[in-house]
This record gives sequence, structure tokens and C-alpha cells, in this order.
Amino acid sequence: MFRSVSDLIQITKERNIPISEVMIEQEIEESGKSREDIFAEMERNLDVMEKAVEDGLKGVKSRSGLTGGDAVLINQYREEKQPLSGDLILDVVSKAVSTNEVNAAMGTICATPTAGSAGCVPGVLFGLKDRLNPTREEMVRFLFTAGAFGQVIANNASISGAAGGCQAEVGSAAGMASAAAVEMAGGTPEQSSEAMAITLKNMLGLVCDPVAGLVEVPCVKRNAMGSSQAIVSADLALAGVTSRIPCDEVIGAMYQIGQKMSSTLKETAEGGLAATPTGKALAAKIFGSAAE
Amino acid sequence: MKFRSVFDIIGPVMIGPSSSHTAGAARIGKMARQLFGRQPKWAKIYLYGSFAKTYKGHGTDVAIIGGLLDYDTYDDRIKDAFRFAQEAGMDVEFIEEEGSSDHPNTARIKIGDDNGDFELVGISIGGGKAEITELNGFELRLSGGSPAILVMHNDRYGAIASVTKVLAEREINIGHMEVFVKSKVKTP
Repeated sequence: MFRSVSDLIQITKERNIPISEVMIEQEIEESGKSREDIFAEMERNLDVMEKAVEDGLKGVKSRSGLTGGDAVLINQYREEKQPLSGDLILDVVSKAVSTNEVNAAMGTICATPTAGSAGCVPGVLFGLKDRLNPTREEMVRFLFTAGAFGQVIANNASISGAAGGCQAEVGSAAGMASAAAVEMAGGTPEQSSEAMAITLKNMLGLVCDPVAGLVEVPCVKRNAMGSSQAIVSADLALAGVTSRIPCDEVIGAMYQIGQKMSSTLKETAEGGLAATPTGKALAAKIFGSAAE
Repeated sequence: MKFRSVFDIIGPVMIGPSSSHTAGAARIGKMARQLFGRQPKWAKIYLYGSFAKTYKGHGTDVAIIGGLLDYDTYDDRIKDAFRFAQEAGMDVEFIEEEGSSDHPNTARIKIGDDNGDFELVGISIGGGKAEITELNGFELRLSGGSPAILVMHNDRYGAIASVTKVLAEREINIGHMEVFVKSKVKTP
């Protein structure tokens, strides 16, 4: 069983197989299920992600009224104007936002790795779909590759905002998405690892400070930024740019930072954006009206 | 290694918005329903900590009711669980508790019908995972992750041996066992 990103890369080299295949074989061994069953289960997750992306692009609204409708705006802008950041990036972003808006509106999503960070992976995947024209199998493999990197983070640091801050949620999700994007674009396992390191380095220290404790503000837009960063990191890695700090050590740094982070900045809604005058006013308004 | 399956990372499929406050809460409700063994006629749900503060925004209330109606984390009837509870003839009441609890996401659930009632405490520990920590005053740790047998019996000699004997006859091994005694039977 691989415990680190370097283990993972080592196995791909020794056996000359992609990261997704290492993850699939390990899942077969751990669960005792057949390859077909495991593939089918992951494909069901893919179906859920696709449906969430579609639903959000039609426009949804959350129970609190804090979020919803931005995916529609972004998509309209993308179709009518020429986005400054490029069409692909905004396509990815609209699909990430779409997923998190559906989540906030109590729609059905697949946690990747959590509900609050569920937009990055499908945003990148379905945004790349039109560019790279992957087969359905390649799309399922994208999720296994993302899962392999997520598993290393979960076992060596954290994927929970309450334990490690937002770096552990959106940071992990964006890192996973960038690594999987590299594999889908034909990059090497090492380049996947570089992309993840580059993404995570820029996410270090990101706190979890949700307004009113709800998975809405700033979570939805953090998924927008996380998914766009995943694409840029993937491009850097594919260009041959490497991280001076190895991926596993970046994950180690993320764990240490999470340990040192004040609990007011770890999903308690006591600090950061949640503690701003507007954040507090929104919380009072939501819970005031909800208490009726 | 806490996370051994890729589906811990890519999954679960769930109704939003929160893996801990919605999916985990639904699992607590469902475990309560399964331990009770039938559809309860009434439920009183006491919420503590972060559950008490944010349950309406997170849909923790409908998630727990959905669980009590035996729904899974991905069942979209969860959103309308109040209506489905009414149709199923189950009265529900939520009580926000001021006091502290060991875990920030804790719910105490009392459920019953004409034939009996019981009380349990469940906690949501993150990523959609949940545990039952108390049942009718007995401490326990039940995650629902593995097949489990819960036996409530009077404190008599050989009670546990008789259970393990049945399991041995069926060729089932025990991976983990916990025993609690609330009060000893007084011998005359």
C-alpha cells in the first residue's frame, strides 16, 4: 500500500503503469471487490458529478439565500464576451461553482474529498472534457488518480476543515484535480506530483472561516479559485516546471500549519470572514429568520 | 492508515451541504432507526454544540428525520423529510440544547411507539462518518461500518458465552467486542 506520493511514483515507475491503475489495483486488494464493480462504483460517482454540474448551470438557490446563480452568470458572460482569463478557465470555474451551488442548495453531490470542496475535481474534469475529448473510461480514471493523491493527504495530513483549515479541503481538492489533469493531458506521474505540489504550496495557510458556519461563503468561490489554480498548476507542470520542495514535504508542511492554526479559524465560524461585521450581520439575519 | 478506500476520498454521494452536518446526521438517524428496528411513531431530537447552532442552515434536522425514515445519505427525499415524516405518522420535535457536549456535532435522539422507546446519542465525526456513543445510558462505540450485534441482557452468568457459541456455530469471528455493566444483579 502506498503511503506517500514518492511511494506512488515509485510503483508507477517499477510497473510502468499510470497512477490511476495503482489506485485501482490497491482498491481491488483492500476491498476484495472485482475491477468491474470498483469501476462501476466510480462511474456512478462520475454520473452524480455530471448531473450536479448540469443542475447548477440551470440556476439554484440555497436555503439561506447566501449563494446560488453565479454559475449561470459566469456561463452567460463566457458565451457573450471574451473572458480575460480564457474560455477554458472560466468553463472550469463555472462548473466548479455550479457543483458547490447545488451542494449549498441541498442537491445531490459527490464529496471530493468533502462536500465543501466538492466543486474543484468535477469542475476541472468536465471543463477539460471538451478540450481533451476523453473516453468515459479516461474520465473515471481521472477520479482514481485524484483519489490516490487525496488518500495520501488524508493519511499524512487532513482533508477536514475542522482539523486542518480550508487548505485541507479546497487545497486538497485543487491539488488532486491538478494532478489528475496532468495524467489526462498525457503528462508523467512525476509531473502529476509536481502539479499537486505547486497547487498545495499556494493553498498553505488557507483558513476555514465560513459565514454563519454554513458551507456557502466563502466556500463556493474558493472552489472557483481552487479549480482555476488546478488548471494553471497542471500547465506549469506539463511545461516542465518543478517544485523545489517535494510534494510529500509540502503535505507535511500543510499538516504542521493545520496543527498550529487557531481553532477560531477551523470551521467554528468564530474568526476570519465569519467574524467580519458583514459576516456577523448575515449570520444574525439568517438565524434570526430561521428561528421563527 | 485511517483512509484505506478510494471511495473515502471520492465519495460519499450525498445530499448537501455538509458532509459532517448533513450526511453524518442522516447516518445517525438511520442507525437509530435500524437499532429501533421499526418506524418510530415519535421522535425527540436534542441538538448540541455546532449541531444546535447551525442545524437549520445545514439541513441537519431534515437529515436526521430522513435517517429515521430509513433514507440513505443520497436520498433526495431528505429535503422534504418533514412532510414524509407526517405521511409516515411520525411526530418530530427538535430541542436546541445550551449545554456542552464532548463532541461539537452531537445529537441525542429519543424515539418510540406504543410498544416501547429508547434513547441514544450519536456524533458526526467528519467526512460523513458517524458513531453511536450511548444507548439507553450504556456507553458504546458503534460506527455502522462493520456488521455488528448489539445484545441487551440481564447481568447473568454465561450470557456472553451463549452469544459467542452461536457465532462460533455459524463460523463467524468477532473482530471487536465491548461489554458494559450498568448495575450488578444482587445475589440473595
